[in-house]
Parts: sequence; structure tokens; C-alpha cells
Amino acid sequence: MYRYDEFDHQLVADRVSQFRGQVERRVSGALTEDQFKPLRLMNGVYLQLHAYMLRVAIPYGTLRSEQMRMLAHIARKYDRGYSHFTTRQNIQYNWPALDKIPDLLDELATVEMHAIQTSGNCIRNVTSDQYAGAIADEVEDPRIISEIIRQWSTFHPEFTYLPRKFKIAVTGHENDRAAIKLHDIGIVVKQNSAGEIGYEVHVGGGQGRTPFVAKKMTDFVPKEKLLAYLEAVMRVYNMLGRRDNSYKARIKILVHETGQEEMQRLVEAEFAKIDASDMLTVPQEEIDRISAYFAPPAFETLPAESETFTQAQAADADVARFVRANVVAHKQAGYAIVNISLKPIGGVPGDATDTQMDVIADLAENHSLDEVRVTHEQNLVLPHVKLDDVKAVYDALAAHELATANLGLISDQIACPGLDYCNLANARSIPLAQEISERFADLDRQYDIGELKIKISGCINACGHHHVGHIGILGVDKKGTEFYQISLGGAADENAAIGQITGRAFTEEDIVDAIETVVTTYTDLRADGERFIDTYNRLGMAPFKERLYD
Amino acid sequence: MAQHAAKGARFQAVTANRLSDGEVVYWSADNRWVEGFTEAEIADGADAADALLARAMPADFEAHVLEPYLFEVLEDGSFYKPASVRETIRAAGPTVRLDLGKQAGA
Ligand code: HEM
Ligand code: SF4
Repeated sequence: MYRYDEFDHQLVADRVSQFRGQVERRVSGALTEDQFKPLRLMNGVYLQLHAYMLRVAIPYGTLRSEQMRMLAHIARKYDRGYSHFTTRQNIQYNWPALDKIPDLLDELATVEMHAIQTSGNCIRNVTSDQYAGAIADEVEDPRIISEIIRQWSTFHPEFTYLPRKFKIAVTGHENDRAAIKLHDIGIVVKQNSAGEIGYEVHVGGGQGRTPFVAKKMTDFVPKEKLLAYLEAVMRVYNMLGRRDNSYKARIKILVHETGQEEMQRLVEAEFAKIDASDMLTVPQEEIDRISAYFAPPAFETLPAESETFTQAQAADADVARFVRANVVAHKQAGYAIVNISLKPIGGVPGDATDTQMDVIADLAENHSLDEVRVTHEQNLVLPHVKLDDVKAVYDALAAHELATANLGLISDQIACPGLDYCNLANARSIPLAQEISERFADLDRQYDIGELKIKISGCINACGHHHVGHIGILGVDKKGTEFYQISLGGAADENAAIGQITGRAFTEEDIVDAIETVVTTYTDLRADGERFIDTYNRLGMAPFKERLYD
Repeated sequence: MAQHAAKGARFQAVTANRLSDGEVVYWSADNRWVEGFTEAEIADGADAADALLARAMPADFEAHVLEPYLFEVLEDGSFYKPASVRETIRAAGPTVRLDLGKQAGA
């Protein structure tokens, strides 16, 4: 895994001491809030309803066990014993005191973590596939290029004052688990017919007020040229992106208004200029150096089958269910990918207590070659568990309410913090997620319904990805009262799509019944083997609308 | 953002977040920031509300709180309560964690 070099250590240390000074000056009254706000935002500090919120970056969602342990320690010492994993593979603390945040950041820096690139109009933390380096048929570990991008983008002088924030996601697998087409830039690692590695680049995706699926800009940029290509995209954006209106400032608006072909032409022209100078060609030694950090960990040579694993499933139906829903095949014989659902029935999606985080850190250390991953669906992953160990891991998880066997099912919902915490919210998201998960608590019913992604946002900023939920729910405010709008048919995978709104919004009392109506419409009308999204794509909105508004 | 002062609201109070820890605070009749909504001074009518906000924002207010604003409250028998869900939640704490926020101490 990537380790800081001296440059990184110094940079983070300088940044914390600088912020410490800024906080002191704010608390003493020397800085006004107008002066301080951009500074705190550059360090991941937001103001929510009840307190400050600190967002900590988890680059491409990868953590070592000592880092997870530190996150637990911080939840205990500086927060109220829990924290929240977000759709950008980051972690948020909901209650830190402003004057303690510099100390918190100092502690965080001891495990090479920070809050840089988690807010402001910069290139944000790069996100990626949570199964990187573990899943079969990966073209290349996407974290290699993610790390190269991170190093290029951190504090790049041209990118500190972009028209708006900028998000990049990378997948190295044809099954997109990183929602790359919903990012400002989405990258797919590809191999050409000559066996060379390069990248397919999509630009202009995004959610928020005006959602767009990204448009493909190129099929293949050779590996060493990717930064030059990305720089070209950024320059076109910096030159032409709108700074007059923050609602229109994202690159998605530029791509939409300029058109795919013209945008391609502009980027190619800029790329040709940059490429000619060779300045941004990444040297092979550098690619090798970074690739080495992501070299496969020390897997043991094991048989593909494990008697212990098979027997554990036969002996215990709960283990069998857990394996069926949460365990995924690994590329290495004798290993498995174990998903940890942070969506217990009736729980808060994405929340974990300090104790749970410590348990997960221990499991990572003892059973997953020291690694934990965070997913954009607000779950965690132990990426490298021996089949022989799955039962022991399951037992430890189950003892701490971490073994809910619902991955990808209706109770595995994304929900933003909403009006329970967020300053911008129109409506609550979490209580709705809780009610829906209680309504569909029966796991057998969930397995019968099959893959179904519900995503809930408390306002149009779409932090909860409602536009791309198979069922999306958006909280709206009508004269101080909460209402909920449903959309159907969204998708965040390789077939990314923006959902369509069903019609008028539902009250808090009616929304869960309405969701159940949508689900039973699907189960009544589905053809053999069809998932919710397949049925919706075959039949369209009409039958759902009819039942909802009769 | 779900908004605060409704046009035509009769009763209003002033709230802000405390600088040091972000705690929700209200401007009270004895001219200081307090943590409990029940101690908030309630202004009756638009002029009284403007005067209340002016009192809550002396020259050095920024050294104590962030972004004071007026919000609507309703009469509830002999008490007052915030009109919006948002201000109700600010006054109490997250509805999904009754063990946290002001409601925890109540
Ligand atoms: C106080 C807390 C938060 C604030 C103030 C906030 C603010 C915003 C705003 C203003 C946008 C819209 C940006 C735009 O359209 O240009 C946005 C989008 C987004 N936020 Fe948040 N957010 C918060 C918490 C979260 C959380 C908890 C998550 C993860 C669960 C999250 C993930 C996202 C994502 C994925 C988007 C969509 C970005 C896109 O358009 O591509 N945010 N947020
Ligand atoms: S979607 Fe809206 S309510 Fe939800 S976290 Fe984002 S800004 Fe807040």
C-alpha cells in the first residue's frame, strides 16, 4: 500500500500547524468568520446543525488496520463514540470542537491521514473500486493511477481555485463499483490489443441539481500520457468553465453546453500542446515506484476449496446467508472478499461506533492482510480473507452487529445525513432509511426481491445519490414540512442512468407505503430472473405510476 | 437550505452556533447567548424582531458565535416552539440519536 514519502509528511505537518494558527486567530477574534470559513473548508471543517463536522480523506477507500484504529480513537476522544462513512469513501465526525481539531489532525497525521482535498473548489479525494487488487479479471489495480492522480492534483497551483469542486473516480474492472460515470472525470483502466495498459476517459458526469451521466472523451490514453490528458481537460475547464454562477460551474454543465464532439476537439487540441512538451509524461521509474506500493500482498498458496468453509455453511444457516449475500470470490485461490454491511436493520446507514471500528481493525490485522476498504455505498470490506477464516470473521462481526447479510439488497440503502445533521437539508433521510429497512426486515423477503438499490438524499445536492438509485428518494421542503419525491430507474454502475421522477411528492406518513407499492409492482410484474432495474427498463414508468397515484 | 424566518411570521427568536464548539445557542432576554431554546427571548412582530437581531449582533459578536439569524416560533399554549422541523431538530438534537444533543440532558 502507498506510504508517505518525506515530502508528504512535511506537507501534512505544515498544513496542520498552519491551520492551528488560523484556528487560534479565529478563536481570539482576530479573524472574522468570512475570513476563516474558506480556510476551515480547505481543512475539511464544515458547520452542521448541532456542531462542526470534520471530513477526513480515505484515498481510494483503502485503510491499514492502524489507520482504522486511529479513526476509532478519534471517535472516542474527540467525538461522541461514533462516526459516519460517506458516499465518497471518506469518514465524517459530527461533533468535534473547533479548538480541538488541530490536535485531532496532529494525531491523524501520525498514521498518514488528513482532511486535505475533502472540501473546497479543488480536485477532491480520488475514489475507486473497493475490490481493487482482490477481484478476478481486473485489468490493473486502479489505485496505482489513482495515487498518481492524487500526487499530481494535491496542491497543483492551477487547480486550487477551480470554478467548482472536482471529483475523479477510477475503476480497473468492467463492473463499475465506483460510479465513475457520475464524476467530473471517470476513468476505466483498459488494455489494448497490443497488451498495453491505458485509460478510457469519461468527462462531465455529476449529480446535484442537474445530474448528468459523463460523456466518453476517448477510448484509450496510454498510461504515461494520462496526466497530460487530464491536465488538458482541466485547462479547458479552467478556461471555459463558468465562474459567474455556482449552479452552472461544474464541468458537467460545460460538457453539456459545449457538446461531446466539440469538447473532445478542445481537449485533444490542448492535449496535443501539453503532450508536445513532454512535461507531464510520467517517467517509467515513477510508474514502477508507485506500482510497487500496490504489489499484491503476501498471499499464501492455498487450495481453491476449503473444507472448513463448506462445513461452516452447512452447519449454520446464518453463516450460509452471510456468505451468499456478503462474500465475493477472490482472484487468489483460497481467499474471499468479505463485505461488512453498515446497514443493520433499523440502523443509521454508514455509522460505526468506536468499538466496531476497533473490531474491524483487529479483523483486518489478523485476517485480511492488514487492509480494510470503504465503499461508496457506505459499507466496509475486508478484501483478503482466507476461506478458512471466514467463519471466525463472521463470528466476530456478528458479536458486534456487523454481520447483517444484506449487501446489495433493499435494506442496504445509501442515505445522506439529511436534516438530522446537515445545514443544507430540506428533510430527514436517516429515519426514512430506518423505516424502510424495518418494513423489509425479513431477509427471506429481501432475497426474494433481489438486487435493489435505494438511495436517499435530504436535498437536491444529492449527497445520497438519489438520482442513481434504482429507487431514489429526495427530501423536499414545503413550508417547513418534509415531503419526499420518488424517482425510478437510476443506476450507478457501468450502465449508469439518471432516474425519472414518478410524480408528486409523498408525505412522511405515506412515503414508506409508496416504496412498498413500487416494490410489489415489481414483484407482481417481473419476468423470470429479472431484477428490479430490468423490469423497470422493460416496462418503463407507466405501471409504477399507475399504482402509486391511483 | 430550508429557510428560517417565514414572511409574515409573528413570533421570532434569534439563534446562532457557538464559535468554540458549534453548539446551537439562542439570544436571551438578559442579553447573552444561552444553550436552551426555552430561555430564548421571543420577539412579537417584525420591528421587535429586527431590534432583537440588532441586540444579538454587537460589534464583537463574531468573537462568540457564527451567523446569527431570526427564525419563526409558534405559540404552543403558554409556551413557544420552533415552527420548522429544522429548528425543532436544532433545538433538540438528531431525531435518530436521542442520546445526543440537547435532548440528551433533558
Ligand atoms: C454538512 C455536510 C455536507 C454538506 C454541506 C454537503 C454539501 C454538498 C453540496 C453543496 C453538494 C452539491 C455540489 C454541486 O452540485 O456542485 C454536494 C454534493 C455531494 N455530496 Fe455533499 N455535503 C455534505 C455531506 C455529504 C455526505 C455525508 C456525503 C456522503 C454520504 C456527501 C457526498 C456528496 C456527493 C457524492 C455529492 C454529489 C457530487 C456530484 O454532484 O457529483 N456529502 N454536497
Ligand atoms: S444531500 Fe443535502 S441534506 Fe443530504 S448531506 Fe447533502 S447537502 Fe445535506
